[in-house]
Amino acid sequence: MPSSSNTAVTTETADRSARRGVPPFVRYVAVRLGLSVLLMFGVTVVTFVLTNLVPADPVQAALGEQAAADPAIVAKFRADNGLDQPLVAQYFTYLNNVLHGNFGVSTQTRMPVADELASAVPATIELALAAIIFSTLIGIGLGLWAALKQRTIVDQIIRVVSLIGLSWPTFWLALVVYYVFFFVLGIFPGSGRLDPVSIAPPQVTGLYTVDSLIAGQWGTFWDALYHLVLPASVLALYTIGLLTRFARSAVLEVLDLDYVKAATAKGLPRRTVVFGYVLRGALVPIITVLGLAFGSLLSGTVLVEKVYSWHGLGEYSFAAATKLDLPAIMGVGLIVGFVYIGLNFLVDVLYGVIDPRVRLA
Amino acid sequence: MSADILTQRAKRRRWLKISPAFRTPLAITGITIAALWVLIAIFAPIIAPFDPLAQDFDRLQPPSGAHLFGTDAVGRDVLSRVISGARISMPLALALVVASMVVGGTLGAIAGYFGRAVDEIIMRIADLVFAFPTIILAMVITAALGPSLTNAVIAMLIVSWPAYARVTRSLVLSARRQEYVIAGRLLGNSPFTTLRRDILPNVISPVFVLAMLDVGTAILLLAGLSFLGLGATPPLPDWGAMVSDGVQQFSSWWIAAFPGLAIFTVVMAFNFIGDSLRDSLDPRAQDAVQGRAM
Repeated sequence: MPSSSNTAVTTETADRSARRGVPPFVRYVAVRLGLSVLLMFGVTVVTFVLTNLVPADPVQAALGEQAAADPAIVAKFRADNGLDQPLVAQYFTYLNNVLHGNFGVSTQTRMPVADELASAVPATIELALAAIIFSTLIGIGLGLWAALKQRTIVDQIIRVVSLIGLSWPTFWLALVVYYVFFFVLGIFPGSGRLDPVSIAPPQVTGLYTVDSLIAGQWGTFWDALYHLVLPASVLALYTIGLLTRFARSAVLEVLDLDYVKAATAKGLPRRTVVFGYVLRGALVPIITVLGLAFGSLLSGTVLVEKVYSWHGLGEYSFAAATKLDLPAIMGVGLIVGFVYIGLNFLVDVLYGVIDPRVRLA
Repeated sequence: MSADILTQRAKRRRWLKISPAFRTPLAITGITIAALWVLIAIFAPIIAPFDPLAQDFDRLQPPSGAHLFGTDAVGRDVLSRVISGARISMPLALALVVASMVVGGTLGAIAGYFGRAVDEIIMRIADLVFAFPTIILAMVITAALGPSLTNAVIAMLIVSWPAYARVTRSLVLSARRQEYVIAGRLLGNSPFTTLRRDILPNVISPVFVLAMLDVGTAILLLAGLSFLGLGATPPLPDWGAMVSDGVQQFSSWWIAAFPGLAIFTVVMAFNFIGDSLRDSLDPRAQDAVQGRAM
């Protein structure tokens, strides 16, 4: 988990900042931000090493077999990309390119990877957001229920169900759900983000549901939502299992604390105790696992989008992986790495907002 | 004679101590299914009705008496391929988990025991791996190395060792402050001896639980990479790759359905076992069993 190893760091810095008069929370956020930026540089080092050092022939990997057969093209490519330079210089060229939004050119489509990613990312964000909202509500609900009914049949059933949820191969479940609900029953649309007859709303965020609401196009909104149901549910299943198990243990931990017993003892209604005391206390560890859950969702899209012809990062990386389009694959790695680090940073900040001990320690 | 009886009794007591968690229906179901799959993997060539690689003119046949699970796009018997697939996924996943436990455990122990620069270097590399969602990093590494089962396993090892390193490190950090560990060091034990004799016994069971919980994840990850065409290469009867074939042949549902079910049942079995094992070794869960009934 992202924050566990950093508790020592944060308390240390909090001590120091108290002396210097910087508000501890600002200090905390600054430290987390610095670490995140460092990690992002680390991500570029990883993709650089994988693009330029690991492949047997990086030139061929970047150009494709046909072009690499021509010595003139190869020589020009090497000079253009500074492959005759020392490694460190090559890395800085690479970093410079990445920072300027140049992720290289796809060997398949001959288009700049960054442009292709820019159109793919919003589709995946929409799908992943729908899935995380869905799985958070259900996962926390089930986990809370299981913990309150600890060691009853309800708890046992939820345990088995969540374990089963963690056992499906996502890509296979995507196929099964597609087959049953679209192909056989025809209840839900099976592919794409909108019906062919619907017109995509004017782009603001790139999320069709949000954009259609902004434009006031209710028909498009329902259509986009309708298309989200199957892929988002399939994606959510794994995270539901994860969150249920996590929420259960988090709630159990809080249930034992004195303040919860005190709340019950002074005769507060059970509803108030559960939602105002228990859930609130358990929320901190649950929030930290949300970043992790989002990561598994991003992984899941790689395996799900292909089945639902959802033109996002997942479908893009599936095509790139099966055709060994190295620049495209590394572009996906970079973007997902950046997004994932950014999300974990947000989670850490949120953690500080919710838990005063983190903020003020 | 009496020593014999004593060891026997000790053995029995040890068995009894472990067993409550494994007497639950959950654990028994898990162990039964896993055992069945292990048997299938061992006796695959005898059980499989056809050669998993043999092609036939009976292409895309739905399940029937002759081909219980039907045939695929080049007329191979799906049942035989699912059976042979057990020989790929399970041994690889188990080997991978053992390897990442050893590599991650060793690095984590070194980091926790020696601290300072070694610790920093190892744990920052671990942080870097955690900066990616697993399958994305595994995909990126396999693609760079070139698609093959071996490279997929190498990639998975690279993405999975840090979890073990983190757990082991934190366990070693608390174990090395124990008095008997310090006493051993004052007696002149080398770091290696201290780690092996005084610290390892404290660390091994939580790490082992983590490994058991990881087997299912490893099978899923390997299947995912094969589904992406980065793992097993055709014509190997790998489950993930077979599901991928099914995507191309959509109206022939049996091509993807059965290998998918195979993955699901194996992963579920290992998840059931891992979860029960965690309960049996987690002292807090034990306390809860005894304390909360009141």
